[in-house]
Amino acid sequence: MTVSPLTATDLDRIRADFPILARALHGQPLAYLDSASTAQKPQQMLNALTGFYATSNANVHRGVYTLGVESTEAFEAARDTVAALLNAPSRREVIFTRNTTESINLVAKTYGVQHCGPGDVIVSTVLEHHANLVPWQVLAEQTGATLRFVDIDDEGNLQLDALDEIARAGSVKLVAVTHQSNTLGVRPPVAELVQWAHGQGAVVVLDAAQTVPNRPVDVQALDVDFLAFSGHKTLGPTGIGVLWGRESLLAELQPFLTGGEMIRSVKLERTSWNTLPWKFEAGTPAFAEAVGLHAAIDYLQAVGLDAIDAHEHAITDYALGRLAEVPGLRIIGPQTAAERGGVVSFLLDDVHPHDIAEILDRHAVCVRAGHHCTQPLVERLGVAATVRASFYLYTTEAEIDRLVEGLYDVRRVMGVR
Amino acid sequence: MMDDLYRENLMDHYQHPRNHGPLAECDAEAEGQNPLCGDQVVVQVKLADGAIEEMRFTGHGCAVSQAATSMLTELVQGLTVAEAAALPSQAILDELAIPLSAMRVKCAVLGLGTLKVALHRAAGTPLPAEWGDTDEMIWS
Ligand SMILES: Cc1ncc(COP(=O)(O)O)c(C=O)c1O
Repeated sequence: MTVSPLTATDLDRIRADFPILARALHGQPLAYLDSASTAQKPQQMLNALTGFYATSNANVHRGVYTLGVESTEAFEAARDTVAALLNAPSRREVIFTRNTTESINLVAKTYGVQHCGPGDVIVSTVLEHHANLVPWQVLAEQTGATLRFVDIDDEGNLQLDALDEIARAGSVKLVAVTHQSNTLGVRPPVAELVQWAHGQGAVVVLDAAQTVPNRPVDVQALDVDFLAFSGHKTLGPTGIGVLWGRESLLAELQPFLTGGEMIRSVKLERTSWNTLPWKFEAGTPAFAEAVGLHAAIDYLQAVGLDAIDAHEHAITDYALGRLAEVPGLRIIGPQTAAERGGVVSFLLDDVHPHDIAEILDRHAVCVRAGHHCTQPLVERLGVAATVRASFYLYTTEAEIDRLVEGLYDVRRVMGVR
Repeated sequence: MMDDLYRENLMDHYQHPRNHGPLAECDAEAEGQNPLCGDQVVVQVKLADGAIEEMRFTGHGCAVSQAATSMLTELVQGLTVAEAAALPSQAILDELAIPLSAMRVKCAVLGLGTLKVALHRAAGTPLPAEWGDTDEMIWS
């Protein structure tokens, strides 16, 4: 099925929904090319968030009074929306956390600690964001399990032929992989990895922070066991993230954090846990943010995640073409728009990425420079840092043109010949 | 506007760094890294009568970090060790004379911090607390 990308009219309408895009910096309109870091927010989401606080705010799961009942309903409706977004078999599988990082830590500190030990192998990849790498290092240290990484080639493709060798290192218990690299934009062959992992009797943790925002993500089709994403990259507010996990796995786990909300009954000697999903939601949850996330997901679905994916593909293709015109520019990672998302890392001659980002900022072009929380990946690619431009449903070709003009100015200022 | 930020003087020091390259023999030495952006400098100092006879550096990184270290080599020449070890960050920021965000200030003071580590280490005196190992900088 091919979906037509967003039209110019669609884009104008979408952009009008994002108040920050009307902002000027240094006398020029903002060109925000850092959505892989965090997304900008549509007015509809902002209205839902402030509207909730203005009219319906009360703590959830407590109040007998009408306001508390309403806020509980709004919070739980957000959970239903997330469950539907991910095609989750059950709403009980959707746990609200603070962000992707906390979601992954939750898995490491519950499933990981309760299932891994000496002789076991945890598998991750060189592509991972620190959020999907450090928790596994700590887990390996804590449990005595071995941590192994799948390497990449120079364009960022996973070298899956190394899996057999990894399997000989012990009993593979858990495979943690990203759905899309936040630095290179590559989308690893998750289906193959899932098949291999399940063949080993291992569970798969998918870091979907970079894909839930911009394409349809179906946990049943993916056949993964845990999946994490962040609200703030998905047009939603900060402070809310999601962990989805198979009910059969979540049900037998001991809790992550303990305290209020997650209990059924507390006696001084002993406490029994609440049912799913609340067993994993200790303390007052981010219920207002959940309402904001609900509105954000409604917004994404109204535009259409297939259309957003197609738009990102088209804009990435355009960006790769325009960037190739700039003398001395080198794309780090996949060279074409196939099998990748709207994230492009590059270097310009030997100008340091910080200098590039700073000069682009003077043109009101916002890009990231650094290791993008993927130090091992950047090191593996043999560079100290990259410049990263990332795109979303509101990104226009005109903004890419501004980026390219800015890069010519970088060449001028830095005296690149 | 651009030239506000990357003024001629800064670019001149970046493109033609002063006192660049290793010393054959030195009395104090340290390496500094800013892992956040991959800036790195190695600072070497030759002392005579308690004063800095020569400071040289090698390294790589953004224009601000490298130019600031180049400027520093000229700034500290002839200062006593005590004077150089007490040199405030503002001295190098004044030298750069460009507006810097908090993140770029770390680039700007990398060379100075590394010099301080070298001098205090050679003298066996403790590094002032504000220059101690931070999340951002690694001295070695
Ligand atoms: C692929 C990936 N994983 C994890 C994270 C961490 O997300 P958060 O900081 O919201 O926990 C990010 C965000 O930068 C990411 O891009």
